[in-house]
Order: sequence, then C-alpha cells, then structure tokens
Amino acid sequence: MSLWLLLAVNSITLGGLLFLLSAGFSLIFGLMRIPNLTHGSFFMLGAYLATSLIASGLDFWTAALVAGLLVAVLGGIVERLILRRLAGADLAQVLVTLGLSFMIADVCLMVWTGDPIRVATPPALRGATSVLGLGFPTYRLAVSLIAALFAVALWLLLDRTRLGAMIRAGVDDADMARVVGIRVSRLFTIVFCLGAWLAGFAGVIGGPILSVYPGLDQEMLPLALVVVILGGSGSLLGSLVGSLVVGFLYNFGQAMFPELAYVVLFLPMLIVLVVRPQGLFGRQTV
Amino acid sequence: MKRAAVVGGLAVLATVPLWIGSSYYVNIATQILFYAIFALAVNILAGYAGLVSLGHAGLFGIAAYTGAKLMTVGHGHAVVAAGAVVMTVVAAGVFAVLALRGTGLGFVMITVALGQIVWGVAYRWISLTNGDNGISISGRPAPLGLALTSPRAFYWATFVVFLVAVLSMAIFVASPFGASVRGTRDQPRRMNALGYHVWMIRFLAFLLSGFWTGVAGLLYLYYHQFVSPQAVALAASAEALLMVISGGTATLLGPITGAALVVVMKNVASAYIERWNFVLGAIFVAIVVFMPEGLVPGVVRLGRWVAGVWRAERLRRARLA
Repeated sequence: MSLWLLLAVNSITLGGLLFLLSAGFSLIFGLMRIPNLTHGSFFMLGAYLATSLIASGLDFWTAALVAGLLVAVLGGIVERLILRRLAGADLAQVLVTLGLSFMIADVCLMVWTGDPIRVATPPALRGATSVLGLGFPTYRLAVSLIAALFAVALWLLLDRTRLGAMIRAGVDDADMARVVGIRVSRLFTIVFCLGAWLAGFAGVIGGPILSVYPGLDQEMLPLALVVVILGGSGSLLGSLVGSLVVGFLYNFGQAMFPELAYVVLFLPMLIVLVVRPQGLFGRQTV
Repeated sequence: MKRAAVVGGLAVLATVPLWIGSSYYVNIATQILFYAIFALAVNILAGYAGLVSLGHAGLFGIAAYTGAKLMTVGHGHAVVAAGAVVMTVVAAGVFAVLALRGTGLGFVMITVALGQIVWGVAYRWISLTNGDNGISISGRPAPLGLALTSPRAFYWATFVVFLVAVLSMAIFVASPFGASVRGTRDQPRRMNALGYHVWMIRFLAFLLSGFWTGVAGLLYLYYHQFVSPQAVALAASAEALLMVISGGTATLLGPITGAALVVVMKNVASAYIERWNFVLGAIFVAIVVFMPEGLVPGVVRLGRWVAGVWRAERLRRARLA
C-alpha cells in the first residue's frame, strides 16, 4: 500500500517537473509555431550551470534562479539572432533548434565531462516528512508544491494580466493581434525567454531527483513532445494534465514493466493521435 | 552533355576500388553509397512530399535490428534480407498511419516521438535487443556464390543496390505517381478537389521511403556486422535529414552529394576532433541560415550568376569594340 502511495508521490513530482518543462514548450509552440527542439537542452543546461554555481558557493535556490536566468538569456539570444531571421519558415526553425541542441549537448559534454553529476538536495529539505502517518521524501513534496505554485502563477499570468491577454490573443490569431496594435514580436521574445527560464529552472530543481548526465536532454525532450501532443499546444491545462499522465505512466510503468517503461509513455500519445489529433485540450490541429 | 556527365560519374563510382588504394577509403565509399540510399529514401518524403520526418533512423534501425535478430536465431541470408525489409515496410505503414494524422510541424513532432519509441525499445528492452551493447552478427551473405567479405566485393554489391535505388528514384520522379506526390506537397487542397486521394498518395510515398530505408538499414547491418541503439538515435535521423538538406531537397543528385559530404566530414572531423556532434549542429545552423535551398542548388545558382555576369561582361566588351 505505502509503495503505491510513494509511487504516486513520485509520479506527481515528475509530473510537476514535466509541467514546468512543457508549459514553456507548449506556449512557444502555440504562440510562435516553433517546435523548440532545444527545450530539453535548456533543461539540461540549467542543471549543469547550477552544479557549477553551487560548487562556487551559491546556495541551491539562488543557483536555481540564476541558472534559469542564464538559460533565459541564451534563449533570448537564440530567438533574437537566429529564429527571428527564419520567421515563417517552420522547417528551418526545426532544423536550427535541432542543430543548436547538438551543439549545446556537446559543449556540456566538453565542460562537465561525461560523468553523471548529482545535485545535492538543499539541507532544509532533506529527510522525510510524515503525512497521515506515512513518511514521504520532503524534497519531492517540495517540488510538487513548487510546480503547483507555478501552475497557479502561470494561470494568473495568462488569464488575469494584460500581458497574458496579449499572449492569448497572439496564440489565437497572431496577424489579427498585430492589427489591433499588440507588438507580437516582443511577445515572442518574452515567451521564449520565459519558456527557457522555466526549462532551466526545472532542470535545476529536478537535479537532486534525476541528477545530470549527458543524454538527459534527449530523454526529456520527447517527454515534453508527448505532453504537448497529449494536452494540445498552447493550452496550460493541457500541459498540466498531460504532464501528470506522463508522470504517472512513467513511475508505474517502471515499477511494473521496467524494460518497457519508456515505451509505455508513448501509448497514450498514440491513442490521442488516433482519436483526437488536436490533443485533449487543443483547439486547432497540431 | 548531361548524359556524358552521368555516365562519367557512374564510371568513376564503379571503379572506385580499383583506383583507391587503401581499403579504409573503399569502406568510406561504401558508407557513402548506403547512406546515399538512406538519404534518397528520406528525400522522397522531405523533398517530394514535403513531409519532414525526424524518425527515419527508427525505421533504419528496425531493418538492422530485425536482420540481426533473424540472423542470431539462425535464419539464412534470404530470410534475413526479406524479413528485414518487409518488417521495415510494415513499420513504415504504422508510422505513416500515425504521423499522417498531422502535417507540417505536427508530422515532425510525431515522427520524433515514434523514432524515440524505437530508440526506447533498442536501448531499454534489454532481453530483446541487448540494450546498449547492441547485437553482433557473423558473416555477410554470398549472393550467387560471390563472397562479400572483402571491402572491395562489398563495395560493388552496395554499388549495384545503389544503382537500382537511383534508377527507381528517377522512375519515381518522372512517373505520374511522382507528379501527384509533388502535387500533394504544393497544393494539397487542389489535389483533393481534382479527385486525388491525398492521404493515400502520402501513405504510399511513406511506404516507398520505408522500403529504401529498410534496404539501407540492411546494408548498414551487413557493413558493420553490428547494430546498437546509436543507429536509432535522434542524431541519426538528423544526420539523414542533413544529408538531404545540405545537398538540396527534391533533387536526385542532392541527397547523394549530401551523403558524401556528411560521411566524409564525419570521418575527417572525427580524425582530428572529438566533437562530431558539435560540428554537425553547427553545419545544420549554418546551412539553414545561409544556404536555405541546399548546397547543390546553391552552387548551381552561384554558377548561373557567375555565367550571367561573364556573359554580360562579354556583351559589354563586344559593344564597346
């Protein structure tokens, strides 16, 4: 019984991390029509940067924020200098982001070597917390809580602020948004940086659970893809539901069919594709 | 002129083992040929049908793994070859049914995910695929009693298959089917209105692409006599796409040139630096940003421009004189 509960907590934790990763991916895809294949690399790069920042004496949370910011700056540069030049050329953007992801992966391998690096759990969150008489790893609970807070914050941002209204307008009809005076191109940069920041930050707080190793990017990217295909592009609720589905499938899959856990993840995606190709909460066809 | 160039090129290719001394270079030439077949297969979709697949390494790997698996079980080469190709075509059918639920970016994303499923099986389903260690096979086939163990013999065998592939591609491009595939790329709605079954045309193009991908994957298996998850990774799909794009999409010569370029660069680069992936990524970015139509059309355009300038210059001189 407690094993299943523990698995459920782990699933929610992984789902939370995936939500942070895929919310940005989904927004970027929904708004800019760019399938950002560097998103997994942002996740990994954030984690690696944080390990160096922590080693140089910063505490975990500052390192997480700073690493996220550095990744966001990189994202901004990529968007402004490269993706901007290829506006409208979908295929070219796919290829450029793919090329960049190889470059980032190789630079990471060069700088941080091929050995996995474990990110130390922040001291305050070590150990277990007992809830209803059962002990749960404190850090995982904290990650779930952070993800939930981010979900609420992102929802408020998109649903309750002027910026959010402009982003939604851009997702629905970028041309019309331009006509009514919204500077969509600036929105692109903001959303791209925000997405990159979320991915980098998720990489850092995922560090104590997943640790960082070469290939982490290529492992996380398909998960973000699956979440977006499941949930529908540009939909925050879709990202949340998709992330939780993938989180549960992965942990329970790993417990029940360890060899096939990675493959099981893709099954709901296949079903959704056949039954509802626009995704569970998507409005347009992907 | 054009025909002479083609005959000349084929003559050069056919005699490669005779004038290239070391078997190291013969092996590189063999790699170029089977990667060219792979690139031609990817080009059917990416170039002519306008459907960019980033999951083709999955199909390539399915061919190699099926062949390796059949061989370790103890089947003969005829069964191995037929089984691998049939399996790949079936898998291509499944890929097509799922991926054709989307077009454009949706298609790309679904093919990435499908490719990763195959990678997941290759890497994690250890009891089936031996995981990261891969599967080794012993021996190449000997069709009609000709042993293919030497690099030269295997080069010529690959060359024959390559010729058939190029020929079939030329026939495909010139055929009404080829024209309808291009039609679904440029004007899917009009094609639909004209009574063409757009989905079916794309599906068949996917199967054709899957067939040649399977052949290339089988040649890969026989060449290395080994297959591991590396052959199935996203980077392998990206490499195939780079071959097509660097050479020029929707051309016959482009993917072949691209395959030569990528294989040579990969071998040269890995002799001097460890960072092949970085170079691959950088080339990708550079080509997309600076030469979006690919190298072959890019060079052709450059040639036309130079010829135009030269002609104008000659005219000007003639007028002055």
